[in-house]
Amino acid sequence: MSHPTAATATVHGAHHELGFVRTYIFSTDHKMIARQFLFLGLFMMVIGGILAMLIRWQLAWPETPVPGLGWLLTETEGIIPPETYNMLFTMHATLMIFFVIMPILAGSFGNFCIPLMIGARDMAFPRLNMISFWTGAVAGVLMLAGFFVKGGHAAAGWTSYAPLSAVPTYTGTDWGQNLWCISLIVLGASSMMGAINYITTVVNMRAPGMTLFRMPLVVWSLFITAILLLLALPVLTSAAALLLFDRTLGTHWFLPAGGGEPLLWQHLFWFFGHPEVYILILPAMGIASEILPVFARKPIFGYRAMVYSMLSICFLSWIVYGHHMFVSGMDPRVGIAFVLTTMVIAVPSAIKTFNWLGTLWGGSILFTTPMLNALAFVGMFVIGGLSGIFMASTPVDIFIQDTYFIVAHIHYVVFGGSIFGAFAAIYYWFPKMFGRMLNEPLGKLHFWTTFITYNVAFFPMHILGVGGMMRRIYNPTQYEFLQNLQWWNVLITWGAFALGLAQIFFVINFFWSLFAGRRAPMNPWNATTLEWSAPSPPPHLNWGDRIPTVYHGPYEYSVPGVPEDFSPQTRPLPAGAAAHH
Amino acid sequence: MTPASPPAVDDAAVAVDRLLADIGRLPPPPPPEEGGEGRPWGEPERTPLVSNAVLGMLGFMGAETMLFAGLIAGFLVLRYAAVVWPPPFQPRLPIEVTGVNTVVLLLSSATMIRAVRAIRRGNQAGLVGGLGLTAVLGAAFLGVQGYEWARLVGFGLTVTSGSYGATFYTLIGAHGLHVVGALIWLGIVLVRAWRGRFSARAHTPVVVCAMYWSFVVFLWPVLYVLVYLT
Repeated sequence: MSHPTAATATVHGAHHELGFVRTYIFSTDHKMIARQFLFLGLFMMVIGGILAMLIRWQLAWPETPVPGLGWLLTETEGIIPPETYNMLFTMHATLMIFFVIMPILAGSFGNFCIPLMIGARDMAFPRLNMISFWTGAVAGVLMLAGFFVKGGHAAAGWTSYAPLSAVPTYTGTDWGQNLWCISLIVLGASSMMGAINYITTVVNMRAPGMTLFRMPLVVWSLFITAILLLLALPVLTSAAALLLFDRTLGTHWFLPAGGGEPLLWQHLFWFFGHPEVYILILPAMGIASEILPVFARKPIFGYRAMVYSMLSICFLSWIVYGHHMFVSGMDPRVGIAFVLTTMVIAVPSAIKTFNWLGTLWGGSILFTTPMLNALAFVGMFVIGGLSGIFMASTPVDIFIQDTYFIVAHIHYVVFGGSIFGAFAAIYYWFPKMFGRMLNEPLGKLHFWTTFITYNVAFFPMHILGVGGMMRRIYNPTQYEFLQNLQWWNVLITWGAFALGLAQIFFVINFFWSLFAGRRAPMNPWNATTLEWSAPSPPPHLNWGDRIPTVYHGPYEYSVPGVPEDFSPQTRPLPAGAAAHH
Repeated sequence: MTPASPPAVDDAAVAVDRLLADIGRLPPPPPPEEGGEGRPWGEPERTPLVSNAVLGMLGFMGAETMLFAGLIAGFLVLRYAAVVWPPPFQPRLPIEVTGVNTVVLLLSSATMIRAVRAIRRGNQAGLVGGLGLTAVLGAAFLGVQGYEWARLVGFGLTVTSGSYGATFYTLIGAHGLHVVGALIWLGIVLVRAWRGRFSARAHTPVVVCAMYWSFVVFLWPVLYVLVYLT
């Protein structure tokens, strides 16, 4: 076990067929694990999406029976009761954050991209990788099990603020909240195994010639995400364990009655929570950085600035978390410190945005589906980022804290940012992942319907928030000052329903192409990075008997003196050609 | 006239750049002489500076550190929020016995280091002896801890008796569980060492286990000082 590199695996593993179970279920192949994470994430997205639709129904037409839900909510004949509503928004956020975006971006594309793009045959610890996925799947089952226990699922918000979450009678949920804690602890173990694997693979398993500054930016972003995952999730684990002890063993960590501190939960939670925001967005940033140069046929603008800005985000994300707690009770001097650090963390994000624009500037842009989604990522991330600066400033934050403005902000960052990034990645790497092309016209139809309905659904939330509509309220029509804003809620709900329906195009495209799509060539996008030098889909251990050798950086597009407009990393640039790195 | 940045800033930027670029840097392969893909492709020929197993273990220790950082932060918040600590009418923690126990655990780290040094020289008997002694010391530590816990529960200190009991049992219990886990791992390595599976050249599992053992051992004095002495 001294050096479990791929070298030994090549000799023993390449030439014998594995059975069905080892190929599709308990696979140690990073590409199969990537597919498993993708399916897990997409499945959970359906559930999380249905919860969102129910939330929107209640907010547009409060306390009217949901069509077709009478069989489930028998006591109220289809009306969503308040405690169920609490469960809906709690679990919508929990599922989307922990079981959709993290599995798809970090889990699936982390697994798929890292070995293929650095020229490794597999992860450093393939078996640990398999255990990581199945631990994550167990966490998913535990989380879903909460819907079926007595008292319903967790209903204290995805932030589970104590003491609301710490005493079962406060929310009326008993084992739901416990399972929420247990599931997140198990998920923490899964993410830790994944993060250790990613970091070790990036540090030790790069192909000859693949220096750190020749790595594609998506690998950099996933590497930095892995560092954040490794160090942030354990803090959530500790907090969730303490909450679980309070609920089950009778400790008083968060309960003032026994000497506990409710604010302690918020500190622990947001110390994890803010790096978590960057765990959700950094891979999408990397994906956009990967896709924009390919379809602008230009080198990325400011490669090193991109790397350094991600590294500074990684560092700064640890010292901004207090901006989630401005109104929780905080010494104003501490508040000012958090205002400043939060303003500072906007700088690297702005550097990245300007670099994306610089990449597009003067490019020969090809508006393919992955490109459209990557462009949407940039645009929507800018809106989400700018609304974040509003909240970073305490005087403004006190007004818009816990209103729909923050709901709009979070959705512009994690839907507009992370989900468009995820769609961009799926459209871009689907050919490599499954060996077939997705349908372009259907993809564009999906993109435009999603993009328009997404903005209809989320942009008006800014207006509602500034108008004073509080987050998480059950029935906005109960408040007189919100009554003339109610038509916005109805509009948002129609937008949300249309957004949900637009995903049907994606589902059709995905499954139709999976079985009947055009066979993907090795390099359909004329891209330069290493994964496109392997067959589509790559076989077990990715390349035949030879690992590719890397001669230059990842974004050599339209190099003067090279006949083609792309120069793969495996091909040396001719003498005299202007290399960018 | 263009404003020039001060040379010191430039130098610093170049130095940082170079430092980052040099982490695990591989020399670019020579350009091919007859075109094509250059020298015959092969597996990476280098031996990494830090092996996969050791690097993975370092990552795991980082995660564990953050887990305990969360617990310790929680303890400190509750401890300094309390008006009187330890609270009146609650049993005092056994400082002296646990102090001796701390020495026992620290000794186990020394025996572990001896075991690793032995196998580096190929001394298998020394490895088995060192690991065995480490396991005995670790088990002794756990035994004393368990006995003291039982006594404290007998005196009426439980998890439900306010933040004093809750923080004590959570932090010390979390550490105890880690010792149990490390001890099981150590047992597995010991059995494999007994069967002669390790040599001077191939003993990474011993090193990784020793790293984790050291982590668990050196975490303890921190907890002892914080929970028992402050």
